[in-house]
Amino acid sequence: MDSELNIGIYKKKKQQRKQLIEAGIIIAIALIFAIILPIVLPAFRLRLFGRFLALTIVALGIDLIWGYTGLLSLGHGIFFALGGYAIAMHLKLQIPEGQLPDFFTLYGVNKLPWFWQPFYSFPFTLVALVVIPGIVAGLLGYLVFRNRIKGVYFSILTQAALLVFFNFFNGQQKLINGTNGLKTDTERIFDLLVSSATVQRTFYILTVIFLVLIYLFCRWLTSGRFGRLLIAIRDDETRVRFSGYDPTGFKVLVFAISGAIAGIAGALYTVQTGIITPAIMQVAFSIEMVIWVAVGGRGTLIGAIIGTLLVRLAQTFLSERFPQVWLFFQGALFLTVVTVLPNGIVGWFKDYAWQKVQFLLGLRQPLVTYPQIEEDPAIQREREQLTRE
Amino acid sequence: MTNKILEIENLTVSFDGFKALNNLNFSMNAGELRVIIGPNGAGKTTFLDVITGKVQPTKGRVLFKGKNLKKIPEHKITRMGIGRKFQTPRVYLNLTVRENLDLVANRNKNVFPTLFGYSSSTEKRNVAGLIETIGLDAKADLLADLLSHGEKQRLEIGMLVAQSPDLLLVDEPAAGLTDEETANVGALLLSLAERHSIIAIEHDMEFVRQIAQDKVTVLHQGSVLCEGKMEQVQNDPRVIEVYLGEPPEE
Ligand SMILES: Nc1ncnc2c1ncn2[C@@H]1O[C@H](COP(=O)(O)OP(=O)(O)OP(=O)(O)O)[C@@H](O)[C@H]1O
Ligand SMILES: [Mg+2]
Repeated sequence: MDSELNIGIYKKKKQQRKQLIEAGIIIAIALIFAIILPIVLPAFRLRLFGRFLALTIVALGIDLIWGYTGLLSLGHGIFFALGGYAIAMHLKLQIPEGQLPDFFTLYGVNKLPWFWQPFYSFPFTLVALVVIPGIVAGLLGYLVFRNRIKGVYFSILTQAALLVFFNFFNGQQKLINGTNGLKTDTERIFDLLVSSATVQRTFYILTVIFLVLIYLFCRWLTSGRFGRLLIAIRDDETRVRFSGYDPTGFKVLVFAISGAIAGIAGALYTVQTGIITPAIMQVAFSIEMVIWVAVGGRGTLIGAIIGTLLVRLAQTFLSERFPQVWLFFQGALFLTVVTVLPNGIVGWFKDYAWQKVQFLLGLRQPLVTYPQIEEDPAIQREREQLTRE
Repeated sequence: MTNKILEIENLTVSFDGFKALNNLNFSMNAGELRVIIGPNGAGKTTFLDVITGKVQPTKGRVLFKGKNLKKIPEHKITRMGIGRKFQTPRVYLNLTVRENLDLVANRNKNVFPTLFGYSSSTEKRNVAGLIETIGLDAKADLLADLLSHGEKQRLEIGMLVAQSPDLLLVDEPAAGLTDEETANVGALLLSLAERHSIIAIEHDMEFVRQIAQDKVTVLHQGSVLCEGKMEQVQNDPRVIEVYLGEPPEE
């Protein structure tokens, strides 16, 4: 009894130490990103890197819904775009009173469409760029999950929704400038030019801050009972029902959160890109988001961030030097990851490399597993049955 | 009025015209441990599917504690007090034994209480007690994926109990187990039977003899063929013909 208590305390202490180390690492990286990089990188590089960091945020959202809950969304471009359009509309309205954003005159529109009105307000815009994508995701999720649509059908439906939004946005010249999208670079915010170095650096630092906050939020979400339930839904949804939970509500909530996160990412990306157009809702981009997470490692959060940065940095590097090879490289990368590293880079590191390193450093005995488990025919049969379902 | 925990009246389930259950009548008292046997394809699993809401009856009705279960979704039936163990052990492989049990032991399973709630100390104690009952103390913090087949069976039974249901439905708990594990699981069921009503489906006659204290029901082609004490059933010529295949040795 006594020793059990001691073990419990020891475990707690070890856990606390681990958490402290982790917090230290996060703070250190955040400080490097927020303070050192702006000093050493030229402005245009910093802006590019800021965009990549914005993309890591949407990758976190994808990891929540796909890595943890097992729902492969191919339509996150919708939520990303909604966040981007929300902030762009606000910036477009930073003009002398009575004037309309320039593009309206091209189409002979002389009254501001009603849904633009609230975007005069900065606080409203901030709320809207989170809440609108969240609600759209929640509604879509509710319709799909309530009818127990899952697996490939869910992925196809999200993709179909993406196409609907893409075509709709493209067609609405008179409302949102259609294909040409909304330019933000030449607009002003708090009386400063959006594309000026000061404003861009502020956006960059905001992106770092949001990345840290959203990462911590996702950690909190996935670490407790709720997170374990998401994993349970991913692994065996039927069993979850028979444990007395209704998976629908959980899936709707996670999808809505994931959409809201994508909205924040979209807004941060847009202001550092200078323009948002419906092209952001092209199928390829939403699939690319999934690739980042797959490369980094599903269900690891940190993997989503690493995967995004790695793929995007490689893309910049390669396309600057060898413009033609990038697309091939991207395809090859994805194939390699899926076939050789099914758990992504972080998964491979956790499962294999880390133990090797610890072993080499003498920190740890080589792991003794239960070989008979792998060989037990009953287990194999059962695994087959489970995977078939 | 009655203390029937489960009553099933004229139940028919057809899949595209094929009657997996055919005009089946069944009832069972609270506190009973009922064993259901029957050849492959007799409809045993389908029988549990209907009770737990996985499949809707084509005709007839299922009453649990006098309440009709028609059109009630699975999770609500579970919350009413019916726990189910599947034919193949289904535990959450990527969670530890303790986490598996904790998830099920959660008292409020709505979205927000689950998100913001913590395991209460009562729940923690329940879980710790259960881990002991199912004999997995040493492996409490091991991923369920690493458990042996028999340990998974026990864990899943533990998960049923964690729901504190009134009626436990266990589908072939001894399938694929060694003799020793079978005896373990049998003893576990018998000890649970002291405080729960249980329906156990089983093929293994040795196991049935171990646990059948009350009535045994024989299913055949979707209907009840006969019902009674194990000795009666074993010697019933119809049962011998359709199921046991050969006369008992004595
Ligand atoms: N969803 C379904 N669709 C069509 N037929 C089904 C379905 N589920 C079960 N059946 C059929 O119903 C019959 C009864 O199946 P059930 O699984 O209930 O048998 P069982 O008694 O549990 O058999 P076993 O001992 O092999 O587990 C079988 O013939 C099966 O093929
Ligand atoms: Mg069966």
